[in-house]
Amino acid sequence: MSTATHSPARTFAAHAVLIAYTAIALFPVLLIVINSFKSRNAIFRSPLALPTPENFDLIGYATVLKQGDFFLYFQNSLIVTVVSLFLVLLFGAMAAFALSEYRFKGNTLMGLYLALGIMIPIRLGTVAILQLMVASGLVNTLTALILVYTAQGLPLAVFILSEFMKQVSDDLKNAGRIDGLSEYRIFFRLVLPLVRPAMATVAVFTMIPIWNDLWFPLILAPSEETKTVTLGAQIFIGQYVTNWNAVLAALSLAILPVLVLYVIFSRQLIRGITSGAVK
Amino acid sequence: MGSLSIQNVKKSFGKVDVLKGIDLDVKDGEFVVFVGPSGCGKSTLLRIIAGLEDATSGTVQIDGKPVNDVPPAKRGIAMVFQTYALYPHLTVKNNMGLGLKQAGEAAAEIERRIGVASTMLSLEPYLERRPAELSGGQRQRVAIGRAVVREPKLFLFDEPLSNLDAALRVNTRLEIAELHRRLGATMIYVTHDQVEAMTLADKIVVLNAGRIEQVGAPMELYNNPANTFVAGFIGSPKMNFIDGARLGDTAKTIGVRPEHILVDPNKGDWKGVVIHAEHLGADTNLYLDTEKAGRITVRLFGEYAAEPGTTLYATPVNARTYRFDEAGRAIAR
Ligand SMILES: Nc1ncnc2c1ncn2[C@@H]1O[C@H](COP(=O)(O)OP(=O)(O)O)[C@@H](O)[C@H]1O
Ligand SMILES: [Mg+2]
Repeated sequence: MSTATHSPARTFAAHAVLIAYTAIALFPVLLIVINSFKSRNAIFRSPLALPTPENFDLIGYATVLKQGDFFLYFQNSLIVTVVSLFLVLLFGAMAAFALSEYRFKGNTLMGLYLALGIMIPIRLGTVAILQLMVASGLVNTLTALILVYTAQGLPLAVFILSEFMKQVSDDLKNAGRIDGLSEYRIFFRLVLPLVRPAMATVAVFTMIPIWNDLWFPLILAPSEETKTVTLGAQIFIGQYVTNWNAVLAALSLAILPVLVLYVIFSRQLIRGITSGAVK
Repeated sequence: MGSLSIQNVKKSFGKVDVLKGIDLDVKDGEFVVFVGPSGCGKSTLLRIIAGLEDATSGTVQIDGKPVNDVPPAKRGIAMVFQTYALYPHLTVKNNMGLGLKQAGEAAAEIERRIGVASTMLSLEPYLERRPAELSGGQRQRVAIGRAVVREPKLFLFDEPLSNLDAALRVNTRLEIAELHRRLGATMIYVTHDQVEAMTLADKIVVLNAGRIEQVGAPMELYNNPANTFVAGFIGSPKMNFIDGARLGDTAKTIGVRPEHILVDPNKGDWKGVVIHAEHLGADTNLYLDTEKAGRITVRLFGEYAAEPGTTLYATPVNARTYRFDEAGRAIAR
């Protein structure tokens, strides 16, 4: 190792870049959170100031918890996100395993076809999807959202996971075959644990857009019983008046569950990386 | 129990023909080594025997029964891989026991066999460890143990020593030889290293570009190579090949092993200059540029003081030269 890589100037520059990026990324989030604890006047008068004892106000949170069925919205969002995530990871990993492990005619073509969705946004098909959901009676159900999000998440999942699965040792899978393990056991017990870091990456990339989506809940499931958090928060945004306290409080609350999920996955991610390094 | 017969096995990956018709018989209890340069199809042939890969055509018989449609776990084989291929999430004990458990063997019997194998391979202290907590040599012993507990008719080894350092390689080689003597099972061993082949094999199969070049006992291949490929592959340093015309011989190529050349400072057949000398203690390898035979390698036993630039005369031992025709085939003496 040359000493140049450890020079203080380089270390400082690297940290400066990382800190600047972190500040830029966190700033909007921080703004939402601090303003959610302020009175309406204070939000407009000094949007960048921290809450003080004079202008501290929980009115936003009170409104959110009183108004509508926010717990239900939360529950809906969680169900949709977690179930879609599970399906994306399961089917994505299975398709990736088939593509990387088995030689069959049209293997490459199939891989390209499955990855096509990365480049073509699923929203282009909204009208057709809506017609499909109406025809199958799935409008205003969480199932509709789960199906759409599963389809939306699969291309990237298949693409990333098949790259990683190609790197899993053939010898290991063959050892399993000689010991009489079924292809399913080989997939679930040998291969999946070894691509866990990739699974965590895919989980994070899949989860955030689902949780944040406003488009499909608005179109496919706008009923009171199936509203998600992002859609629920819209009731505080009026054409003439917007209840900023409530909007900011709702958004602050909406960050929490996704933050928890992120922490879980990122810990997996780090554990995966370090366990690989120690081996 | 444990004979193997391969008839006209061919294998193609798409347009690439990797195996071009392999015929081979292995008797019960034999230690057979497949040797050949990297990419010649050794592993592919071994995987076809194991059932991990389907042959494009041809049949594989184990104990006289065709096994083309039998899955790997039911062929009565066990395999040891170059990369150990231990299950990372299982302890050493469970790594060894998994195959038996999968086959529905009774717990007591599994326990007994693991006991026997771990004693044989000195693995008792590590039974509760995971592969990540073992050294390379220990991991390979576990992989061998996993094969032993299956009590297979046929052991398959795919370059099991390639990932070990030189000292461990010699030790593990001895262990495998001892294992073969003790179990008396049939073993097929793949390597690109001719030293491993020579030291372990009852019978060596030399493969090149998807074909068998020659099959025979180690000394048979050394003394009577069928062609220039085998002659060059077996023996180290490599055999010297000299253009027949240069020596006034009717054969296309003349082959002389480095150890079958004598040198003398004053007189001899080929006058030459030392280009480089390798002093290994037990032997000395000299590289000579000769007027008559071109660049040749000479292997001398013991120490020999010769520095680059020295003039020496080399004389081949006539009884031990080989003659090869246009196609590279050996001409009978
Ligand atoms: N799954 C595969 N697909 C395509 N080509 C392969 C595959 N496996 C092996 N080959 C090719 O077959 C040839 C022989 O491979 P292999 O049997 O592994 O050689 P060896 O073990 O003698 O080094 C190589 O040229 C390799 O590129
Ligand atoms: Mg190989």
